[in-house]
Amino acid sequence: MFTKRVTPRREFLKKMAIMAAVSTATAMFPGILFAEEQERNLPKGSGDMEWKKAPCRFCGVGCGVLVGISEGKAVAVKGDPKSPVNKGLCCVKGYHSVMSMYGKDRLRHPLVKRNGRYEKTTMKEALDLIASKMKETIKDHGKDSVSIYGSGQWTIPDGYVASKLFKGCIGTNNVEANARLCMASAVTGFLTTFGSDEPMGCYEDIDHADVFILWGNNMAEMHPVLFSRLLDQRLKRGVKIIDFATRTTRTSAAADKSILFNPQTDLAVANSICYEIIKNGWVNHSFVEKHCNFNTGKTDIGYGLEDGFKFKDKGTPSSLKAFEKFLEDYAPEKVEKMSGVSAKDIKYMAALYGDPNKKIMSLWCMGMNQHTRGTWINNLVYNIHLLTGKISTPGNSPFSLTGQPSACGTVREVGTLTHKLPHGVVMNKKHREFAAKIWDVPVENIPAKPSNHTVEMFRALDSGDIKFMWIQVTNPMVTMPKLNRYRDATKKEGRFIVVSDIYPTPTTDIADVILPSAMWIEREGMYGNSERRTQYFEQMVQPPGEAMSDTWQLVEVAKRLGFEKQFYYKEETHIEEIYNEYRRHHEGKKHNMAPLEVLKAQPGAQWPYVDGKSTQWRFNAKYDPACTKEGFDFYGKKDGRAIIWERPYEPAPEEPDAEYPFWLNTGRVIEHWHSGSMTRRIPVLHRAVPKAYVELNPGDAKKMGVKNGDKIRLTSRRGTIVLDASVDERGIPTPGQVFVPFFDESLLINELTLDAYCPISKQPDYKKCAVKVEKV
Amino acid sequence: MSIISYLAYPTKGKRAELIEKLEAIETCEVVPSKNHELLIVVSETNNKEEEEAFKNLVNELESLDLLSMVSGFDTNGNELKGE
Repeated sequence: MFTKRVTPRREFLKKMAIMAAVSTATAMFPGILFAEEQERNLPKGSGDMEWKKAPCRFCGVGCGVLVGISEGKAVAVKGDPKSPVNKGLCCVKGYHSVMSMYGKDRLRHPLVKRNGRYEKTTMKEALDLIASKMKETIKDHGKDSVSIYGSGQWTIPDGYVASKLFKGCIGTNNVEANARLCMASAVTGFLTTFGSDEPMGCYEDIDHADVFILWGNNMAEMHPVLFSRLLDQRLKRGVKIIDFATRTTRTSAAADKSILFNPQTDLAVANSICYEIIKNGWVNHSFVEKHCNFNTGKTDIGYGLEDGFKFKDKGTPSSLKAFEKFLEDYAPEKVEKMSGVSAKDIKYMAALYGDPNKKIMSLWCMGMNQHTRGTWINNLVYNIHLLTGKISTPGNSPFSLTGQPSACGTVREVGTLTHKLPHGVVMNKKHREFAAKIWDVPVENIPAKPSNHTVEMFRALDSGDIKFMWIQVTNPMVTMPKLNRYRDATKKEGRFIVVSDIYPTPTTDIADVILPSAMWIEREGMYGNSERRTQYFEQMVQPPGEAMSDTWQLVEVAKRLGFEKQFYYKEETHIEEIYNEYRRHHEGKKHNMAPLEVLKAQPGAQWPYVDGKSTQWRFNAKYDPACTKEGFDFYGKKDGRAIIWERPYEPAPEEPDAEYPFWLNTGRVIEHWHSGSMTRRIPVLHRAVPKAYVELNPGDAKKMGVKNGDKIRLTSRRGTIVLDASVDERGIPTPGQVFVPFFDESLLINELTLDAYCPISKQPDYKKCAVKVEKV
Repeated sequence: MSIISYLAYPTKGKRAELIEKLEAIETCEVVPSKNHELLIVVSETNNKEEEEAFKNLVNELESLDLLSMVSGFDTNGNELKGE
């Protein structure tokens, strides 16, 4: 029997090795073709291998993958050809994803810190301790002294029970998620312009658009499968790809045109594009008159650098004429000086948007969202699409991409942010009543005011207003800006930190209790991706040791806190019970979620899911059953009209000066997932990029006499770090700028970054602060 | 028994020669890109000595500029090795 199995297994593994190489090559050289292998796709299996479908564990694209299970272990991954997201493709992280489950130092048992040392304990004892500590903290310091900080990697059930426990049962709005650091500006952009969160379009827009403008979005590395779809369309239909960025990347190399701008000046360029659209008569007046309003907003709105900073945005009705007047400051020739983008290039982009015969997609992610004017720049890109009427139709699509597998599904839709509820916001009495009814709690339990957004939550931990924090599925001791301050805060006397994770990280280092979590397909759950697609995955393998899903950890603690009635779920069926309860929050044509049996049967479904059908394009009566009038209906706003906002250019809070003469930009690399705690344990990915480095512009490097591999000291007003120089390699920053990836826990670039944030979205800006650069 | 995939970068102007030489090695399979110089090379060896011999043989080829390992599998242990 064994001999019979070996031959097909060898063949199978050989093809897997080839596919891993294909995916690596594709990541390194976008557009590269190994036609025969790609067409053949992947082997069908080796007989004893069982393939099960799941959404990928990593980014927000939400690729459908098939996981090969053999002898109780996940041993292979291939793209799901039935998935409309990735159509069988996978990126290098996706192909190696199952390997992230089998690192040697996987956390298997709870650890409790006693006298400065971690001691192994049982799950029961650890959960008892957490519950008793929460009770004691609430009794001594009040409900708002406890908090939970999760992530866009929480499954939908994880986030749902966290919100229900903290907001509904305990009665504190101290619920936040790391998605605040990655897409909060996209949320407030959608809400301020359309009154309703999440993209109106979908990935199928890629198959219809003629032009793609990428706003500060290195898609080739961050969303490689979607970028492959763009390149595929270029081969088939000759579409144009424009990379508009502050750094030359693999995306720039693959694009038809690369346009570089000075940090923060995207605000001015977007306004300049609108100036040109109006000047050249490219406004779709019929669309604007029927479907848009104009607003002016507050200006000089601050940067949130002070503890307890408060800001409330307010729009004042305006007009197209006033908007035209506002744009007078943004003629291309004026903006050229500030932005470094030639007037010719601004006019070129405007002409692409303005051409009535071209369908156009704008794509963005962290470049626009991690921005102290993140809400504004989101508004400004919507302005361009609204002025030209290029929205909510196949191929005309402003599209905000997310970074995490369930930033949309869990954080935005479940509402794991301080101001949110699964349906609506805590400030709205009807929304609180609605949630309280489903949660079976008194409505008075849910506070009417948001408490602390992420940066303020860590500031509250510093000040002592928060004493207890439970951190799940995220690694803030790598990812918080101005990290030294917030790390010190966690170590202060009287703070109690619980961390649920799968590996030791700098965040487990500050924990009083470490809980081992079951990850991804070691438990059952759902993720929601960037195109409103909810995807289910079953439990395929057993978690190691006593590892337990984050959902069930929370349920167990909730029961210990006395909320057995609200947390009535049975262990064997709890995911189904939780999802069915969660669906009740979204009933109706605007946000209905697909039944679980649908999610189990197909590669996801897009909400609003109405009458057995996903909705691909929202706000367009032709596709969206929630529209109540013909044509377009932006029903997030009471009058069905989207808002075109006057949002000016305002400078960044900290710009290069004589002492700190360079911009510091931070970001990701294709090989590593965020803080690297999973991908650095995958040998092939770790070996590809083993440590962080600093990219310098070749001109700057030459002036400083710096070569590749030289040691460079970066210093900001908050910290200092020494890194190897990278010159003319993967990415090339513009002159006067350096770039450092943040995945490396041994070289923490966030010790240098600034905790300034967008006053509307409260999302920090990781792309701009000032540093000194010295050759060591 | 190991199956290992590599990315192989040919010396300028010697791609055809590299493909020919690699294909002549018994333990080796070559998958050339259709639109790029890059090749994928897969080795299938029975033990460490064979694996080392393969690497030494390949690294001596003048037509090879760089060989970069991507992924590997141990067929005996039924485990992903990731090397």
